[in-house]
Amino acid sequence: MKLDINGSVREVDAPAEMPLLWVIRDLLGFTGTKFGCGMAQCGACTVHLDGQPVRACVTPVSTVGNRKVRTIEGLSTDGSHPVQRAWAEADVVQCGYCQSGQIMTTVALLAEKPDPSDSEIDAALSGNICRCGTYVRIREAVHLAARLSRGGAK
Amino acid sequence: MTLTRRDLLRTSVTSAAGLVVAFHVPHGARVAQAQPAPAAALPPANAFLRIGADDSVTVLLAHSEMGQGSWTGLAMMVAEELECDWSKVRCEHAPAAPVYAHPVFGVQMTGGSSATWSEFERYRTVGAIAKDMLIRAAAARWKVSPATCHAANGVVTSGKNQLSYGKLAAAAMALTPPKAVQLKDPKAWKLLGTRVRRLDTPEKITGQAKFGIDVQFPGLRVAVVARPPAFGAKLGKFDATEAMKVAGVEKVVPTANGVAVVAKHFWAAKLGRDALKIDWTAPEGGGIDTTKQMAEFHAKARTKGDSVVDKGKVDDVMAGAKTKLVSEYEFPYLAHASMEPLNCAVKIDGDRCEIWTGTQFQSVDQIIASKILGITPDKVTIHTMFLGGGFGRRANPTSDFVAEAVIVAKAAGVPVKVVWTREDDMRGGYYRPAYVHRIQAGLDDQGRPIAWDHVVVGQSIIAGTPFEGMMMKHGIDPTSVEGLADSPYLESTGAVRVSLHSPKTAIPVLWWRSVGNTHTSFAMESMIDEAAHAAGQDPLAYRMALLKEKPRHAAALALAADKAGWSTPPAAGRARGMAVHESFGSIVAHVAEVSVEHGRIRVHTVTSAVDCGTAVNPLAVEAQVQGSVAYGLSAALYGKLTLAGGKVQESNFHDYPVVRMHDMPKVTVHLIQSGAKMGGVGEPATAPIAPAVANAVFALTKQRLRSLPLKLV
Repeated sequence: MKLDINGSVREVDAPAEMPLLWVIRDLLGFTGTKFGCGMAQCGACTVHLDGQPVRACVTPVSTVGNRKVRTIEGLSTDGSHPVQRAWAEADVVQCGYCQSGQIMTTVALLAEKPDPSDSEIDAALSGNICRCGTYVRIREAVHLAARLSRGGAK
Repeated sequence: MTLTRRDLLRTSVTSAAGLVVAFHVPHGARVAQAQPAPAAALPPANAFLRIGADDSVTVLLAHSEMGQGSWTGLAMMVAEELECDWSKVRCEHAPAAPVYAHPVFGVQMTGGSSATWSEFERYRTVGAIAKDMLIRAAAARWKVSPATCHAANGVVTSGKNQLSYGKLAAAAMALTPPKAVQLKDPKAWKLLGTRVRRLDTPEKITGQAKFGIDVQFPGLRVAVVARPPAFGAKLGKFDATEAMKVAGVEKVVPTANGVAVVAKHFWAAKLGRDALKIDWTAPEGGGIDTTKQMAEFHAKARTKGDSVVDKGKVDDVMAGAKTKLVSEYEFPYLAHASMEPLNCAVKIDGDRCEIWTGTQFQSVDQIIASKILGITPDKVTIHTMFLGGGFGRRANPTSDFVAEAVIVAKAAGVPVKVVWTREDDMRGGYYRPAYVHRIQAGLDDQGRPIAWDHVVVGQSIIAGTPFEGMMMKHGIDPTSVEGLADSPYLESTGAVRVSLHSPKTAIPVLWWRSVGNTHTSFAMESMIDEAAHAAGQDPLAYRMALLKEKPRHAAALALAADKAGWSTPPAAGRARGMAVHESFGSIVAHVAEVSVEHGRIRVHTVTSAVDCGTAVNPLAVEAQVQGSVAYGLSAALYGKLTLAGGKVQESNFHDYPVVRMHDMPKVTVHLIQSGAKMGGVGEPATAPIAPAVANAVFALTKQRLRSLPLKLV
């Protein structure tokens, strides 16, 4: 089957029920999207399908169809996306394993709500676990990213 | 990941025209006695620093980056003395080699919140040695005295002469390293002590950072392993017929006590593993049940164990005490639940073995792998990848996840990456052990403790490991009673008896962020809070009176209380609680403000005061405190593994919940630059959060919660 991922169409040979996560990681080599739980509990595998955040670990690849898949690698490779810039500015990461998912969820949140409140951040990001406990800085970075995305000064 | 490229980078070190600073500071040696490197070019395994012809500065880390920020902190030490351009500094994990042994612990490892204080001299010395050699190289080039040369921002200057480090590196490398170097006066620091952002951010926000699970190269297969469903169960017969039918499955091989399914990719390996038919033997005696085990622990807690502290006539003083309190505290087994499930990739080639994994324990892994393969440790190359969380789980004296992967790769005859599912990881053992504390405290007529009788019951982490001989004293595992045996509250109490029972069980246990402090801090700070209440005193004033001889504890507690507004009442429906605890050489006080919403404990704010002596990077210290609060709060509110028939009932984040964004309090961190001996920061803020929250819950509800996780009745 064909997969439209990060701006190019790739041919993949995968069983229909194979989760998108493992197609992305093991067959296409985009390892920025992480495996954390395998049951949509932790959000480490969050990618976008036509801009909507989904848990790739429970998304059978056959259900993707011609929707566009975007992974962390498709955001920017140089960290120039406003959300990535905010993450750097707020010095968010620790081990870093969950951060691709946190960032992808945040990008989708800001597309929907350009200036989210704390409770909207809670609602959007509660599905993304961080065991290092970077939540305080993630919250700060989401607000900062909102300002950067709107083109406001830091 | 492109191994060929990495290999190229590695091998290019020996031939590149660059400066390699390599030396070994013997244990306990002073800077002036640093061993000069042999004249011959050293292999990269001995190098701590490389300066490239392109002015790049690469610091090789003897410690693994697992979130704690050593990737930045150790580089700051080098850069401070080297006077290089910080924007040119990069890091790499060092390979496994004796030269990278922990300066205090003697093996290559990351743990004990020790990277910063233990490497503070060595990594600064590396920078100072390199600067000295660069200056001498420049002086020789210009035929001037080194005294006329000045190094700053990656450039050596003498009068009108000016050369960047990159242009001097080759010449510097040919020089003999200095016999002694003078480290900078802290007053002259430009980088150390300032808020420096992490060096690993660019790769971690773009998905380019490579964790162990991300290792891929041509020919590498993925294995998922069936392990015993219960602790104590053993592998019987197995039938791989259905597993072999799964598309992509290539081999099924037995491990030491399980069965591995080797496939083209993870998904096939997992389907194959799930299709195995295995007869497991039942655990001897039926296996452990949590309820039964806890009842046994509580019964044991009523008997005296091995003596830890024994001062004064406890029974006599207790008999004469005005008030007597008795409390028992209970702690469950906990999984580390790092975000990255365990994994390890192994390639065996003749008498050589290469391992790619996120590990905190390179030396141990290397030795265990070499033993399995019957080769010498130096034939085992370890590529330390970024760790998707460690928290102690990736520092296992048995190297369980590495040893198993070596066995699988050997049996399969192909390079294999063993990947654990979340369920495998959570049920795979090596937990924070379950504990019970029973405390009897006798108070005088002013409510102060005068007698303290304390029994601890729980498994030893180090018993039966190679560390037993080094660490166990008179049958006491110091990690079982750390934070208790040395509690400041017991120092100020006249008659004290602390004893320890260390029952053996089939449940594998391990250090878990903050180790023994996770239970001792809760027991001590809860009981002191109970004593303050019994004495009818304010929790802060009561503690301050007991901590008169402990100025650092008192200062931390007073600062946290002050910043939290202790003297003014919180908003309606809220209450505050406090705790202070010393561990890993640092002192942390937390004040937590809580409410109860829909029957659930909600922590709104945590105000923390931290005295780690000197904060090398305050931005990183604050991150570690925030993170430790989250980690400790997960244990306080949710963490519990339940055993039935030796089988762990929990399996994933739906039934082993952890703190999420909406649970996270606002954490404010206040640093105390006391200048005392430098302590660690990766762990010390973890333990005192649970008692601070429990004490706040008591203040709010008058319910004294003595079991973790905290559950309102």
